[in-house]
Amino acid sequence: MLPFIRRLAVAIALTAGVVSTSHAHAFLDHASPAVGSTLRAPPGVVTIWFTEAVEAAFSRITVTDPAGRRIDQGKAFIGKNPEELSVKLAATAPGTYRVHWQAVSVDTHRTEGNFTFTLAPD
Amino acid sequence: MKFFTFGAAFLAAGLPALPALAHGFAGDRFFPATLLTDDPFVADEISLPTVVRNPTGSDGSQETDLGIDFAKRLTPDLGLTLSDQWKYIQPKGAPAAQGFDALTTGLQYQLFVNAPHETMALAGLEVTWGHSGRVQEAGAPDFTTLSPTFNFGKGFGDLPAALTWLRPLAVTGNLSLDFPTKTESAGTPNPNAFNYGFAIEYSLEYLQHHVRDIGLAAPFDRMIPLVEFALRTPLNRGQGGATTGTVQPGIIWAGQDYQIGAEAILPINNLSGHGIGGIVQVHFFLDDLFPHTLGRPLFGS
Repeated sequence: MLPFIRRLAVAIALTAGVVSTSHAHAFLDHASPAVGSTLRAPPGVVTIWFTEAVEAAFSRITVTDPAGRRIDQGKAFIGKNPEELSVKLAATAPGTYRVHWQAVSVDTHRTEGNFTFTLAPD
Repeated sequence: MKFFTFGAAFLAAGLPALPALAHGFAGDRFFPATLLTDDPFVADEISLPTVVRNPTGSDGSQETDLGIDFAKRLTPDLGLTLSDQWKYIQPKGAPAAQGFDALTTGLQYQLFVNAPHETMALAGLEVTWGHSGRVQEAGAPDFTTLSPTFNFGKGFGDLPAALTWLRPLAVTGNLSLDFPTKTESAGTPNPNAFNYGFAIEYSLEYLQHHVRDIGLAAPFDRMIPLVEFALRTPLNRGQGGATTGTVQPGIIWAGQDYQIGAEAILPINNLSGHGIGGIVQVHFFLDDLFPHTLGRPLFGS
């Protein structure tokens, strides 16, 4: 039985190694402002670093203020790296802001998610 | 890159208005495929292998299982499941035996997925087929059992923001009834039974990427510690109330294409066994690996 399990384990490990580089979704890796963070100064821009390269034309970031009004300005754009997507923000007042992102990776997988950050009063 | 851009444009234009991800997502919540209890979602997935070293049986026997589970969507909301396992049994004071257990098939329907409240539910019918395994050698049943099931999942990301550390929590559960098609086998009664199980999960992935960035790096930012409970209570034929089951604390690491899980197996009473067992499972998300072929529903979008 043991040789069989050993062979099976090797096969699984090899398979996992192969598939891990195949089709991939773009998930949030980290963001600025950081997920759930509290800031002292208005951020001016929200940037998300994804786990995969994203297509700017089909990806977007929307940011809403505590009253539910959109404060993102213009289209999201790719930064220095293809995994980096940013959007500019209008002036922000203290409160908690909701960031909603939708990403289409270069192999066409679509993902989305949410997080918040808070701008503290002066 | 332009090729990819064109491809993305072409395919994104045709993307259906469905949840962004198929396997186990309700809004921001990812429900991993749990090792012991059934999942509350239809999917295109395969567990290969599931290796189980069971706790010592109540009769002193030792058992090791190698299992496979396969799930396939017929439509976006309707799925089929197949599972079986190869068993190696060492009875106390008797020669070892081995062979396949009974084949189990299931038909499942996704009742709903509520993204804002991270909730989902599924109803199904499982059939464990008599004489589909080695009856004498591996203890496979000589009768078929019908089991209507109800599975659910609930994430707590919709709790108030002030409850930061509770929002990564999630619970999944399943309820089912067993209706054997034979009342007894070789003089042993086959009772109807109530099966109930649940899993309590704390998603570090959810915490790190949706609630608060606490600086977790790989691989910890994709880990989900959990505790699973599965119990079975016979209802009739002289065996009512003799509940058996296990509690299984462990951890799942979920990547983009596959996940790996490991749990300890603790019997809840002497009737359920003695000592500690363990389970390890490798699980592949076919909808990510083969999104345009094996990983998509046979019919519908």
